[in-house]
Amino acid sequence: MRNTFADTFYEAGKKDNRLAVVVADISPAGSIQKFREDFPDRFVNTGVAEQIMIGMCAGMALRGLKPFAYTIATFTLFRPYEFVRDDLCYHNLPVTIVGIGGGVTYSTLGATHHAMEDVALAGAIPNMSVIAPCDPAETRAATLWCTQQTRGPVYLRLGKAGEPDFTSKAPEPWEFGKVRHLKKGKDVCILSYGPIMKVAAGLAERYEKTGKSVSLVSVHTLKPLDRDGIAAALASHKQVVVIEEMVPRGGLAGLVKEIAWDRHAACKLDTFTLKDDFIHNYGSHNDLLAAHGLDLNTISAALGLA
Amino acid sequence: MSRDKSKFDVAAARRRCLSYRRRILDISQQVTALHVAPAFSCLEMVDLIYHGLMRPDPKQSNPRQFLDGFVMSKGHGCLAQYVILEDLGILSKTDLDRYCTPAGRLGAHPDYGVPGIEASTGSLGHGMGIVTGMAYAEKLKGTDRCTYAVLSDGELQEGSTWEAMMMAANLDLKNLVTFVDLNNFGGLTRMSEGHPAFYPLLDKARSFGWEAAEVNGHDATAVHDAVMGRSGKQPFMLVGKTVKGKGVSFMEHVNIWHYRSPNKDEYQQALAGLTEISS
Repeated sequence: MRNTFADTFYEAGKKDNRLAVVVADISPAGSIQKFREDFPDRFVNTGVAEQIMIGMCAGMALRGLKPFAYTIATFTLFRPYEFVRDDLCYHNLPVTIVGIGGGVTYSTLGATHHAMEDVALAGAIPNMSVIAPCDPAETRAATLWCTQQTRGPVYLRLGKAGEPDFTSKAPEPWEFGKVRHLKKGKDVCILSYGPIMKVAAGLAERYEKTGKSVSLVSVHTLKPLDRDGIAAALASHKQVVVIEEMVPRGGLAGLVKEIAWDRHAACKLDTFTLKDDFIHNYGSHNDLLAAHGLDLNTISAALGLA
Repeated sequence: MSRDKSKFDVAAARRRCLSYRRRILDISQQVTALHVAPAFSCLEMVDLIYHGLMRPDPKQSNPRQFLDGFVMSKGHGCLAQYVILEDLGILSKTDLDRYCTPAGRLGAHPDYGVPGIEASTGSLGHGMGIVTGMAYAEKLKGTDRCTYAVLSDGELQEGSTWEAMMMAANLDLKNLVTFVDLNNFGGLTRMSEGHPAFYPLLDKARSFGWEAAEVNGHDATAVHDAVMGRSGKQPFMLVGKTVKGKGVSFMEHVNIWHYRSPNKDEYQQALAGLTEISS
């Protein structure tokens, strides 16, 4: 996702000289090297100074540029939160905040590097849009949209690297503000977003092996949320499962339950999220998900699919 | 980059600032809590920025627009800005008469979108980052536009201000001129008593890669000459030594006037005591 973002942004930046990126000492692996080399004036590194990464983006946007703030997810949002709120959202400026490593992607680095609450915090601020693509192709579509949009600030939550393709066979294109079916079925609907789509896709396969017809849906735009799209999923399936790599409070799980209540949904509804906990485990991304009870086997067992 | 040095009429500035102080006192009678004193401390500097430094856009005349930019980083001083914007015809008398009322659009902190207000401020420590971004954008675009800001001294307690100062120097922003309203008061204590390590300020600014000068912030001639006399090789900080509540004897150096409005008697007493200020 990181590389796809960098390539896509480079492509867009070649055509639009208003596009700029402000990073806060992101490592060379994460920096958008090609853009930096070809457009050094439009690449600003504030150093380890995230408040000013956001503040400068605001000032640049107020003067007609289209800046992207870019660093590890926790540092794009948690450290400079009030700057995001006041400088970007209060002014309603079209600045994209790109958070690398949403959820527990940085699985060996401890909770200081885990963006477990980012969707809730970003989504709580008026004017903010929140997008979390599930694979490189969605990252490309979302990034292009961000380079062209004028509606206001966006939090673009990305994974890191190595995410597989989930969307090349999708029957629907990526569209901002709409849920996207990656496959369409009749019995069970699985709603998810971001890199944990790998668990959602695995669960879909397990259901299919039991003879169920499964819908797999990327809820890539968390805000504004496609409430009608989710209500339709709730109405047209007997069972709906939500899987998200976010704390239980303030994310998709609670929102789907809210919609289910508002729209009198009759389906069975199960939600799986990160724990409301700072865990002190290390290992692979899958190891961290397992420690949170968000791995395929734990979820399958909870749903009676073991 | 700035206006012709010879064109700033200091006598006219003193007359304007007297009328601005009267107008702010008038508005103070509409609400019980108001930032009179912080507006009075920076008034001469804000007046200079609008009437002596920012260049009118020759393509725009009515209401006046400027080529250069200004952010009131110490948002609680915005009455100083409002009365000037009214004088320039950018805000209306009705706008100011409806200050902080449901029918109005002016609050106790500047709100982006209101004519003449280029950034919403109020939370301290945001302005320096915003003007650094603005000045960098102008540099990228290759314009000769200058960006001005007025900060409170308290804002220099915010780490974000120093983050931005480092960046402004790193980015070689010669088009950035900021004023510090050094009235030596925080909300709770005098800076020199509560935070003695705050001083010396000039040395700190210079060590961050800025050109800096300190003068009496109520002496329009001194402020004007210091700003116009800058080398233009670095971002520039004018530290204006000021008096909180300047112009009203019973408000000067008395911190309660950071927050409260004068009652009727105090208002009359304040009006009666106002005179032109030369230093």
